[in-house]
Amino acid sequence: MQTRITKNSGWKQFFQTVVGRAYPRVVGTMRDLNWLFFDIFMPFLTMVGYVYVYRALKAPEEYIGFVVLGSAMTAFWINILWSMSSQLYWEKEGGNLALYIASPTSMMAILLGMATGGMLATTTRALAIFVIGSLVFNVSYALVSFWTLFGVFVLTMVALYGLGMMMASLFLLLNREAWHLANFVQAPVMLFSGFYFPVRAFGFWPGMVASIIPLTLGMDAMRQLVFPSGTLIGLLTPHVEVLILAGLSVVYVLAAFFMLRYMERLAINQGRITDRLS
Amino acid sequence: MENTVRAPISEKNPGPVKTLSSAAWLGWKIESNWTDPFIFAFYSIVRPITQAAILIVMYLVIRGGNFADPDFVNMYIGNAFYLLVNGAMQGVYFGILDDREHYRTLKYIYIAPLQVPIYLVGRGLASIVVASISVVITLLFGVVFLKVPIVLAEVNWLLLLVALALGMITMVSLGVILGGWALMIKNNIYTLGDALAAGLFIFSGAVFPLTVLPRALRVVGYALPLAYWFVLIRRALVPEIGHLDPMFSHFSDGNLLLIAVAFALLFAVLAVVTFRFFDHQAREKGNIDMVSNY
Repeated sequence: MQTRITKNSGWKQFFQTVVGRAYPRVVGTMRDLNWLFFDIFMPFLTMVGYVYVYRALKAPEEYIGFVVLGSAMTAFWINILWSMSSQLYWEKEGGNLALYIASPTSMMAILLGMATGGMLATTTRALAIFVIGSLVFNVSYALVSFWTLFGVFVLTMVALYGLGMMMASLFLLLNREAWHLANFVQAPVMLFSGFYFPVRAFGFWPGMVASIIPLTLGMDAMRQLVFPSGTLIGLLTPHVEVLILAGLSVVYVLAAFFMLRYMERLAINQGRITDRLS
Repeated sequence: MENTVRAPISEKNPGPVKTLSSAAWLGWKIESNWTDPFIFAFYSIVRPITQAAILIVMYLVIRGGNFADPDFVNMYIGNAFYLLVNGAMQGVYFGILDDREHYRTLKYIYIAPLQVPIYLVGRGLASIVVASISVVITLLFGVVFLKVPIVLAEVNWLLLLVALALGMITMVSLGVILGGWALMIKNNIYTLGDALAAGLFIFSGAVFPLTVLPRALRVVGYALPLAYWFVLIRRALVPEIGHLDPMFSHFSDGNLLLIAVAFALLFAVLAVVTFRFFDHQAREKGNIDMVSNY
């Protein structure tokens, strides 16, 4: 007797794919506890380095807090670069990409699953880094509005992972240069987004240009909402930043959708889905 | 039957020099031929400068634009030369990762008539060359745009060259130790070098003096080679500022060089012993042709 296989389609299939692709990213963190060392302890060491730079420069204590916040948010940027943007390149290397393309589901759903799983797993890491850093360096916060802070964080994540999905479609065409490209953009973004200092240090317009990376405005708003002197060092008011982040979220997610369709077709036409040119 | 002409096969083993030069050539190709030379040059120039710029802006925000201040000069030079620490250490151990996980050629390297540690050192040489270019670019940027007071006529070139050579022996040895360890593990191998580099960064005195650290952590800095190495580099490049460091003012250049020699020897011996151990273990466990897909 044959078992009849029922296949989902439409939104049900889309949702199932999202859950399916997010699953290994979340469950993986439970099964392999190495990340506790490598993904928390290692960023913690980097954070310690920057904290002592400020201590050596005799910076106000609030700057230690900026480093702690920036180090926690670094986890998301690293995740975007190496586990979102470059992911399709890794999948090509591992031989999974062709299977994704051949499967009767949407690549957008796969990317959304990657983003959702990555976001959940990385939030745990970022939170751990934030809590440990705050406790070790005795950082004090003065929360202005929890709900505004929560809204800023959620919008920053949506816009950031939208950007990650868009970049993933670009990386679809790349081979060995993907690794170098990700390596290349890591430091400039950490510089211009102001991971360890207020972005206003660059001046208003350079800060606005840097705001195409959602973390720039996200962190600027968070600094204003949790540190006593935050409003004095902000680029824009948190409410304006929330509006811009909402706009960026829509733009990046839509751009990811159209670019993925275009790039997927281009990659198939140019025969780049299965090549492993190393 | 078709006549075939076979190239003569040498029966002699290639020897360490040939292994080293071939591996260095291969390493250079891998480092540089992923794009055209113009983009590679742009990549090599912009990357180290943006990394240095994070510290420049941190300094600027707190202390303003006095870049001739000894604190800034020490920080800038230390940060520039830390690129070399990363390049030497990671360049060597990435040879194992690249060949095992990416190119999947480690098993062929193992059955070739060569000594794997020497091959790894050769692979790392290319990375050291790229890092050296980055150091020079970063220093040039500092001298031209930030007026970092490095005067060529005042540089103690002999001290600089000897210190660089000793430092590289130590860093490359650390890379070989990491490479050996990487043979044994499959998870998070790519971040192993970053973890060590981040840890060493704190205890190196590269961008802040060890006196800033709590007393217990300061001891760790003294027990590691990097702090002495950075003092030597600073004394060679900017003698006046380099001799100001209060923690090392009672050490003469000769004393520091002796310490650097001792560390270089110690780490070289450690590298040989640990690589042999890990190599044996990896062969026993069948790890040489393992692909973790991690």
